[in-house]
Amino acid sequence: MSYITKSPWIIHYDGSSCNGCDIEVLACLTPMYDVERFGIINTGNPKHADIFLITGSINEQNISVVKQIYEQMPEPKVVAAVGICATSGGIFKECYNIMGGVDTVIPVDVYIPGCAARPEAIIDGVVAALGALDEKKKALDARPKISDTAADSAMGAASDDSVDGAPPEPPEDPILPGDDVEVKYYGAASEDEEAESAADGSGGGQEEGSAGDSGKEEA
Amino acid sequence: MTVSLYAVIGLAAYLIAGPFVGGWFAGVDRRITARMQGRFGPPILQPFYDVRKLIEKEPVTVNGGQDFYVMCFLIFIIITGGLFFFGQNLLLVIFTLTTANLFLVIGAYSSNSPYSQIGAERELLQMMAYEPMVLLTAVGLYMTTGSFNISDIMLGGALAGGAIPLKYLIGIFAGYLFILTIKFRKSPFDLSLSHHAHQELVKGVTTEFSGRTLALIEIAHWYENVFLLGFIFLFFQNGTWYMALVGVVVALACYFLEIFIDNAFARMKWQFTLKASWLVTITFGAANLILLYYFKGLM
Amino acid sequence: METIIVLILIPLVIALALLFIRHDAARRPVVFIGAIATAALSVVLAVQQGIWSDAAANMLWSGETESAEITGYAMMGIEAALAIVIFVLGIKYKKALACILVAVQCPILIWFELFGGGHEIEVKNNICIDQFSLIMVLIIGVIGTLICVYAVAYMKDFQHHHEGQPDRRWWFFFLLFLFLSAMFGIVLSNNLIYMYFFWEITTLCSFFLIGYTKTDEAVRNSFRALIMNLLGGLAFVLAIVLIGKSYGTLEIDQLIQIGVTSKSAGQPDLIINSVVMLLCFAGITKAAQMPFNSWLLGAMVAPTPTSALLHSSTMVKAGVFLIVKMSPLLGVQGILSIGEPGFMVMMVGGITFLLASFSAVTQSNAKRVLAYSTIANLGLIVACAGIGTPEGVWAAIMLIIFHAVTKSLLFLSVGTAEHNIGSRDIEDMDGLFGRLPRLAVFMIIGIAGMFLAPFGMLISKWAALQSFVDAGGIWVVLMIVFGSAVTLFYWGKWLGKLTAIVAARKNIQDKVHGEEWFVLAGHIVLVILISLSFPLFSGNVIVPFIKNFFTGVSEESILALSGDNMIIMVVLVCVILVLPLLFYGRTRKRIVPLYMGGANEGDNLTFLGAMEKDVPVSLRNWYMEGVFGEKLMNRIGLISTCIIFAISFSFVANLAYQVYRYVQEGGVFS
Repeated sequence: MSYITKSPWIIHYDGSSCNGCDIEVLACLTPMYDVERFGIINTGNPKHADIFLITGSINEQNISVVKQIYEQMPEPKVVAAVGICATSGGIFKECYNIMGGVDTVIPVDVYIPGCAARPEAIIDGVVAALGALDEKKKALDARPKISDTAADSAMGAASDDSVDGAPPEPPEDPILPGDDVEVKYYGAASEDEEAESAADGSGGGQEEGSAGDSGKEEA
Repeated sequence: MTVSLYAVIGLAAYLIAGPFVGGWFAGVDRRITARMQGRFGPPILQPFYDVRKLIEKEPVTVNGGQDFYVMCFLIFIIITGGLFFFGQNLLLVIFTLTTANLFLVIGAYSSNSPYSQIGAERELLQMMAYEPMVLLTAVGLYMTTGSFNISDIMLGGALAGGAIPLKYLIGIFAGYLFILTIKFRKSPFDLSLSHHAHQELVKGVTTEFSGRTLALIEIAHWYENVFLLGFIFLFFQNGTWYMALVGVVVALACYFLEIFIDNAFARMKWQFTLKASWLVTITFGAANLILLYYFKGLM
Repeated sequence: METIIVLILIPLVIALALLFIRHDAARRPVVFIGAIATAALSVVLAVQQGIWSDAAANMLWSGETESAEITGYAMMGIEAALAIVIFVLGIKYKKALACILVAVQCPILIWFELFGGGHEIEVKNNICIDQFSLIMVLIIGVIGTLICVYAVAYMKDFQHHHEGQPDRRWWFFFLLFLFLSAMFGIVLSNNLIYMYFFWEITTLCSFFLIGYTKTDEAVRNSFRALIMNLLGGLAFVLAIVLIGKSYGTLEIDQLIQIGVTSKSAGQPDLIINSVVMLLCFAGITKAAQMPFNSWLLGAMVAPTPTSALLHSSTMVKAGVFLIVKMSPLLGVQGILSIGEPGFMVMMVGGITFLLASFSAVTQSNAKRVLAYSTIANLGLIVACAGIGTPEGVWAAIMLIIFHAVTKSLLFLSVGTAEHNIGSRDIEDMDGLFGRLPRLAVFMIIGIAGMFLAPFGMLISKWAALQSFVDAGGIWVVLMIVFGSAVTLFYWGKWLGKLTAIVAARKNIQDKVHGEEWFVLAGHIVLVILISLSFPLFSGNVIVPFIKNFFTGVSEESILALSGDNMIIMVVLVCVILVLPLLFYGRTRKRIVPLYMGGANEGDNLTFLGAMEKDVPVSLRNWYMEGVFGEKLMNRIGLISTCIIFAISFSFVANLAYQVYRYVQEGGVFS
């Protein structure tokens, strides 16, 4: 077991739902269930989180938000769909604006059914997610390290997937939604901007920046 | 520079044991907080697990600069605490602490992220709120013991008859306890960055920090908390071993008190933070000093 | 001796030459040569007089007696001419107060010199050189001339930005060099009449420099500066008359000697006290302390080199120079000192430090922030001098040095930023790191130098704090702790703006002139050099000076900081300089976008708002208008300092009455 399973931090997002599951997730934090026993903290910040708990289904409005939160979580990370709406769309499935469950936008590791999902089920699901998290961690560790050289010992921060000067790679394409969906997408800096930030020379200007051209893509 | 054996031991103990003690305190804090709320709470070693996990996470950052500031934050916190436990000048310690904290603020600013920036500005506000009281604490200790040097204060300095500084500094002690709430990032003053399960402005100054960088911030806080409690310890020193023991016990009691306050209060607005801490600084700290100054002959 | 006269004359000659050079291409080399000559000569003087040894301690020169008489008349003539100029300008712009003030003070002085016995007073030593005045010479000679060089490039842009206005740069550069010449005169004079002469010239130069653009605002502000400084000048004249009439001397060292003798005898001399009080009042007006701070803020309308010159190396420094000179006669003894000059100076300085720091929080205009910070720091220097202890003077001199270099750097950086980004507002300095990276780094160093450990200003602040605690200035201690907390806030938020890395900023660094880079880099070298070498400087220059200045003090009572602490500070400076060189910007982490509630558009500059609208991210700083309102602070400052002046001068009034009676009874003059 790696340390990641001893300290799973959660970010919770509520999509199209009746808020039932939403409240049950919060119920887990109460003295009755006290998930902090397991080191679980509800962080509210994807950059700090390991587990993405989503309640409610995905609609056209929140597609980009869910995707962005997912992308902003550093690896390793797992997604748990809490409640039947998040699993498959639930009673909202046939609505004109609903895409369905969370797995229509991002890969889901754990499905926690229920309407609303009971706190016990949510805790069970999170424990199952820990197993998935551990596996992902092992998979990450197994990957060969490219840039583990002396040069980057400065910040003590070697990265697996960014080689010197290379633009950040776009995140892997998740499971794509239906045809007629607009997807907010960001990723690599365009060529021109790369040139600009190189000319900048301040050493600090390498902003992640993809301008309007990659802003909206038909998927 | 005359270096005493105690100073070297103090420095070494701080550098090596500091983060462990601080981390353990943080774990105890979480457990006590949980118990106060009727929960069981995480393991005492939970903060260490958290940091280990953060180190294992994928390293990401929002720009090439911000991690540098966090590194400086940690280095300067360690220098600050090191100077403190090495028995150096108290004012020097306070000024270095300010520099250290400013590095964290700048790190947050440098990301240019909305949440970070609000956190950074609030952090500056908090620094502005507690700084006068911290300086007055040093001045008070100087006026009673006749020295800014911590190694001298430890021995009771110019105080006669084995008296401890607290005897003349009750107001300042109260004021210091008040601003300690800000420094420990406890409610009602956790405006810029909150602890464990609390949330404010996403995560205030640390919003854009993740993985190892966040772990460094945690470790820096552990270091910082230990030497903040060291200030309390100083109030009780007259050079005897039993007062040293009393100092440790009182420091722990104050830590408990801060946890209790954390759980008993809701978060206040920034206006209250600033006004309350300055008011306390004036009514307790300044009044104490002025009385001390005009009745110095009675000491 | 010759070097001193040459040092004063060279800028004067250059100034006169510049008066007749109307062509820009010809002006450039003259300014450069003048700047190099002045700077070199000031260094030569410092070395020649042995700034680095005890030899310089309080050397006094008489000058030639026969030429002294001619010089005296010449000065009087020039003074009268200047008074007429002010009078005419006052009438032209309908400024009655200026006319009245000049119509009062000039006749008083001329009457005193011609009929009141002023001319009969034998002045043994017209010139005084000690380490302190040499430090001032170096500051003026190096920083002042750097600013002149900078002005060449700056004024070119300035003229370009103000097209259609007549090119009056010849006048501008004439004034700059004249200013330097007069400043050298002030810091080297031992004769109060000489000092007053140079003092009035700086007043007039600043008046013309502030009003350079001749807009309504500029004229208004220049007259405000003139009136306030003339008020100080009036106090100066009264001090001269009082000391000349009562003790028959006009020399500063004599004044200090008499004062110290009577002070150590336990009987403070009331006449000396009031002379000191009047001189300090003059210093306070010149150093823009409350309630006279408004003239320095008004001076911001002038082109930036003017502001830099007024704030860093000249003008305001003349004010604090005089007050520091008086410091052996200042000092407080507990609560019973109310009404003594030391009390007045210390309290005015302390109040100014506190309130000006508060006001700075509410400012978003970079130059106004700098102005308030100058006023605050001068307040600290004034308070340090007011405490009148060796420790306090050590802190004051350190503050003067560090402040001169750092503030000049900041002003010039803001000037360059203003010409390149088109604004001097801090809010517009968003992402300066991307647009003008080198300038941003310079500014960051300057700002860090202003308030952060382990840089210079903080060391002085530390020493100041300790000297106030030691001397029992408990009220000023309180003002300092609150003031410095606020200082931290307003510099911190500016620093944050500068360091913020904003996406997609275009680098426009190439447009900055070479001279500007040269001058800014020169400042940076100075800042770092001083921060690294200040323990040596303290040990070899300032401590020997104070040992002579306060006779019979031990080295321990001069130094608020022990040698160990100074070394720790220097080591920390090294750490802070080396760290960024090694580590800044070296990251191989994956760069990810900012968190914006999941609605970041990906460019870090816009987020997806309601109704699918793209909303640009706009981050603004915090000004706390409701807590630290500028107007409120100025009002409090005005009232509190006026009360202090009223208390202090009511003692003087009482004293004047006693002097009058003494004279009536046929005392000293008969």
